[in-house]
Amino acid sequence: MKTDLSRRVAFLLVSVALLVVAAGASMAVGARPVAPVEVWRALTDFAATTDHLVVRDIRLPRTILGVCVGAALGAAGVLIQTLTRNPLAEPGILGVTAGAGFAINLGVLVGVAGSQAGQLVLAVAGSALAAVAVYAVGRTSPLRLVLAGVALSWVLMGVSLGLRLGFPDVFDRYRFWSVGALAGAERTPLVLPVLVTVVALVAAMAATRPLNALALGEDVAHAIGAHVTRTRITVLVLVTVLTGVATAVAGPIAFVGLMVPHLARRLAVDSIPWIMAYSVLLGPILLLLADVGSRVLLPTGEVPVSIVTAFLGAPVLIWAVRRYGAAAL
Amino acid sequence: MSTVTLRTGRFLVQIERRTAVVSAGLVTAAAALALLALSHGPQWATPAEVFDALFRGGDAGFVIREWRLPRVVAALIFGASLGLAGAVFQNLTRNALGSPDVIGLDAGAYTGALVAITLLNGTAGQLAAGSVAGGLLAAALIYLLSLDSGLSGVRLVVIGIAVNAMLTALNSWIVLRAEIDVALAATGWNAGSLNGVDWAEVRLPFVVIGLFVLLLVVVSHAMHQAALGDEIARTTGVRLGRLRLLLVLAGVGCTATVTAVAGPVVFIALAAPQIGRRLARAAGVPLVPAALTGAVLLLAADLVAQMLLAPVALPVGVVTTAIGGCYLIWLLGMEVKRR
Repeated sequence: MKTDLSRRVAFLLVSVALLVVAAGASMAVGARPVAPVEVWRALTDFAATTDHLVVRDIRLPRTILGVCVGAALGAAGVLIQTLTRNPLAEPGILGVTAGAGFAINLGVLVGVAGSQAGQLVLAVAGSALAAVAVYAVGRTSPLRLVLAGVALSWVLMGVSLGLRLGFPDVFDRYRFWSVGALAGAERTPLVLPVLVTVVALVAAMAATRPLNALALGEDVAHAIGAHVTRTRITVLVLVTVLTGVATAVAGPIAFVGLMVPHLARRLAVDSIPWIMAYSVLLGPILLLLADVGSRVLLPTGEVPVSIVTAFLGAPVLIWAVRRYGAAAL
Repeated sequence: MSTVTLRTGRFLVQIERRTAVVSAGLVTAAAALALLALSHGPQWATPAEVFDALFRGGDAGFVIREWRLPRVVAALIFGASLGLAGAVFQNLTRNALGSPDVIGLDAGAYTGALVAITLLNGTAGQLAAGSVAGGLLAAALIYLLSLDSGLSGVRLVVIGIAVNAMLTALNSWIVLRAEIDVALAATGWNAGSLNGVDWAEVRLPFVVIGLFVLLLVVVSHAMHQAALGDEIARTTGVRLGRLRLLLVLAGVGCTATVTAVAGPVVFIALAAPQIGRRLARAAGVPLVPAALTGAVLLLAADLVAQMLLAPVALPVGVVTTAIGGCYLIWLLGMEVKRR
């Protein structure tokens, strides 16, 4: 056990180092490349040069957002995969992200999505409704859960698209948000989303212990005295809050919550708290690197980060299906 | 009922009678909807005026013959084509969810068409060729990825969903990079739309669809044979490899040709074969009820799309997505309740 622990701590330290590197890259790379030394100076010894302004005012907020959204999606992925005991589960695949996005679209239409708090509340409510609906329809089997989620997100995306086409003026500034991107979110106030994410992440870490029991199966969990229903509801609330806040600031980004837990599971081997810890670190690393990639992939402009994550993540879904096979389904 | 063996002669007759009745009912429904669609417009026409326009000619019926009729005929033929494509792939994968729109063939066809628009000139021929090529490439990709688990089964569907996600991401990227006018037009098209369809646009697709349907008629008997199981099919002399290749070609051709003109219209291919099957109470996924149901569904959806937010004509794909998704959720919900 001791070597196990030291191995896990070593991986944790490596992850933290990687996160620092990814954050550095996220602040250095872009339409105006900034040398790493200048990035460091901009953060520690600010002297209003153009480079420093770019780093401080545009890339730093964007990086913080990326860390937030990545951690939230990674944690939500772990929670929902463990709760449904489904290696294919993911907030995006299960329609939770689509629910949040649809609620914001509706809010924009009736004019209540103006404030950030309003968007947050809408997103959380939408994702909660979607999660409950999908769970009610698909709870009997993991595969059915995925299908119900896919069906629901198609319905919601169809209606959202209808709204966007019917009222193009109202939705013009949501063009980038609707595909899921960190670009253009630099000017959003950070305090509220960061605060909510941090609180929810702490709660998620605390929820991993009862979740560990739940992962053994419902009967075993009952037998060893875990509060099955209470844990389920807590986890569901956390998933909706984490997904909601991520979607509210960055739009629907799928597959991060799928990739990260699989990666974390390889490192942590069956301990839910450790999987959660790794995921909270790996989510931001992945999202930041995808975001950096989204800036350099095209010479003419930026690709929305959700497109990069879909490209990276869909193969992981294929891998997971082939790895776990029909038996797990 | 599907558990009863199909070999007893009397029972076979019974099924066929039911299929015939259902088909006649569907044709009647399609005709009624077509009459409604021909009458519908900013100014409603009476049925008498519609018949006059169709059979007597004259300037008065110009709007009905040249504007509304092509759209109605396109909805019927495209709907039938999508229903057929869905039935082919559901037979092939032996899975109600293995329809071309779910497993990403529509998205692949759309990628091909987008490439034809943005990199080439986007002529009708290039659009058709590009979308068929895109659909075939997507099918080949899914086939290669699920090779070790076989064509049938759940894995293929989920792999298809993943491929669909990748291609959809690619498509929205292409649209985002395009000019705003192209982007808006392509977004409408992305949802699948029959807005502004005219005779010149649909003549070539009708011919292409006709050819693929002919191919399907030739192989349909072998297809139903193969649906009973690989061993039975082989012992009755079906060459499975060649049959599957032809079926994939016909199915992709049917769905990609529609995509080339209207953009991806999802869920007709998913829902029509299953509804047709339930109506006809057939054991497999029969082609004729699937085609007729598809025609009725697409025409009805197109009517709803025109009326819902009038005067804004929604893309029909928005309506089919919403209706079809609800249908799928309802289907899953019913199965949960039954347990």
